[in-house]
Amino acid sequence: MALSAKQLSVGDTHSEVIVEDLKRTQLVQYAGVSGDYNPLHSDEVFATQVAGYPTVFAHGMLTMGMKGKMLTNYVGDGRLTNFGVRFSKQVWPGDDLTSTATVTALREEAGQHFVDLTVSTKNQKGEEVVSGSASARIDG
Amino acid sequence: MAADKFPVEAGHIMLFAHAIGDANPIYHDDEAAKKTEPGGVIAPPTFVQASAQFNSENTMRPKIGQPWFGSGKEATGIKKKEGEDTGSGRGLHAEQHYEYHRNLGPGDVLTATTKEGKTWEKEGRRSGKLKFRESITEYRDQKGELVVTARSVGVQTERAVEQ
Repeated sequence: MALSAKQLSVGDTHSEVIVEDLKRTQLVQYAGVSGDYNPLHSDEVFATQVAGYPTVFAHGMLTMGMKGKMLTNYVGDGRLTNFGVRFSKQVWPGDDLTSTATVTALREEAGQHFVDLTVSTKNQKGEEVVSGSASARIDG
Repeated sequence: MAADKFPVEAGHIMLFAHAIGDANPIYHDDEAAKKTEPGGVIAPPTFVQASAQFNSENTMRPKIGQPWFGSGKEATGIKKKEGEDTGSGRGLHAEQHYEYHRNLGPGDVLTATTKEGKTWEKEGRRSGKLKFRESITEYRDQKGELVVTARSVGVQTERAVEQ
């Protein structure tokens, strides 16, 4: 269901848990489907002994992909016009992530309504791991 | 992320949705997707990242007969000389931005052309000197029309990010 400008106000929020107890297997799934086989994300030996990390960690793009699920659930399928993020902290196996979209503006251009959103994803410690923004076409 | 030919396929979209944990039928069920506004299966918003599969220059995929930096007998398959710094394992993704011009779906055949953008440096609190590099990728369909514009920022850290 698409959003309607009439039902929205600046400051409205939509929040979803996008993953609970992230598994290493999901990192392998994402590596396989995306073509990013960087061993940092699936190879414990390399990640710890060569790169110096405590364990493997999630592809930023996996987190962005999971966050995209929250957005499309909110704005409707095929409605996004922009989606951009900045990766600020790494996401680790075992993490629980919650993503929130907040309405920052409602616009109309050439008869088409749009919503502008900020998007934020936090881990179980309340640390922001990804921040960003998105825009979507909405109904009048 | 360049690719001469990136065929968008239904099975690939389904597997991508599995990987991001999205059970939305619009990514795998033709019949259900017909009843939605887009009118058919579409790809999730970050799907074009999978163009890496079709990029012959993808350095994040092991290539037959070439050394690979992941572990096997040793912790890394790249032999380095004493004191040499290959930068291996310190490249991270800093930012990703997409502009969507239309929905993507099975049957689309895209080409991706990438041009380098700005580069800059910053002193990081948790990882030493950071070198940022921006690139802009245009995904066009078989008619040459722009479907997605992607702007990516990569960062090379001096050392592993402190936790």
